[in-house]
Amino acid sequence: MMAAAIQIQVNGEQRDCRAGATVGDLLRELAIKTERVAVELNLEILDRKDFDHRSLKPGDRVEILSFIGGGGPMDVYGKGRDSVHAE
Amino acid sequence: MQNDRLIIAGREFTSRLFVGTGKYKDFAETKKAIEASGADVVTVAVRRVNITDRSKENLLDYLDPKKYTILPNTAGCYNVEDALRYARLARAAGVSDLIKLEVLGDERTLFPDTVGLLEAAKILVKEGFIVLPYTNDDPIVAQKLVDIGCPAVMPLAAPIGSGLGIRNPYNLKIIMEMVKVPIIVDAGVGTASDAALAMELGADAVLMNTAIAGAQDPIAMAEAMKYAVYAGRLAYKAGRIPRKLYATASSPIEGML
Repeated sequence: MMAAAIQIQVNGEQRDCRAGATVGDLLRELAIKTERVAVELNLEILDRKDFDHRSLKPGDRVEILSFIGGGGPMDVYGKGRDSVHAE
Repeated sequence: MQNDRLIIAGREFTSRLFVGTGKYKDFAETKKAIEASGADVVTVAVRRVNITDRSKENLLDYLDPKKYTILPNTAGCYNVEDALRYARLARAAGVSDLIKLEVLGDERTLFPDTVGLLEAAKILVKEGFIVLPYTNDDPIVAQKLVDIGCPAVMPLAAPIGSGLGIRNPYNLKIIMEMVKVPIIVDAGVGTASDAALAMELGADAVLMNTAIAGAQDPIAMAEAMKYAVYAGRLAYKAGRIPRKLYATASSPIEGML
């Protein structure tokens, strides 16, 4: 029998997930290397060593974050805000 | 200047140029520009991983955290709560307690909200973070940040990404004289002379992103900035001559016909 699927939210998007799966399982399924990410489960930041011990429940909200290029805030929002030209 | 090391919270840095990693064409260009800049410290932002397109490469595949000190920032945070959340996420994702703390007050100027900054800094220092705060060129706020426990202060030269250069050299100079921790001039540098001027004023380091990444040739500009920061530091250590209104002859009058 197939394991029942549950609905969770990952980085703002709805996603099916196997019932009983852990955060570690989710990361492996998404092919995300754990050593460079931070994971927030329902606003709680998880310790990396707990990824395999925290199981997901229906409606859980998971945020997976990592480092991207950035210096100041304008870099993050892209060229759209790059409108200050005083010269 | 063999032993002219910059030390922040017990960490030693050879280069006095800190660089951001945003706005580059791709990671290959980012890597080349950072190598050309000679920087030891590179800033990064914390954002959601792209889960739909896992082919996207990771910035840290290009920047070896063993070679560079990765300084995560709280860019884009407009209140204390968000800044704390991003700082904690950065620590969870990263390798150290270092955080470049930004709490912004306004989208148009991106000026720091110094009230929020002080509040967030206080909490993060208590949580064991090494907080490097991005602040205004306000000497009183700079001193308060030091009192809270920030091991360096990062006042702006001009609005982020503006390229306007150093708008208030006198305030920066007062901060440098008043505050007894390293001062890193952050944001607003447009070209090499701006960086040199910051260092000549007595800054301990300069942080920039757009001035390099936005240049026509970012790699060449990165190299220019390396020399500018180095030259400015040398000139500061050498001690410039005082400004005088009238001429002073360099050649002796004696022995003239």
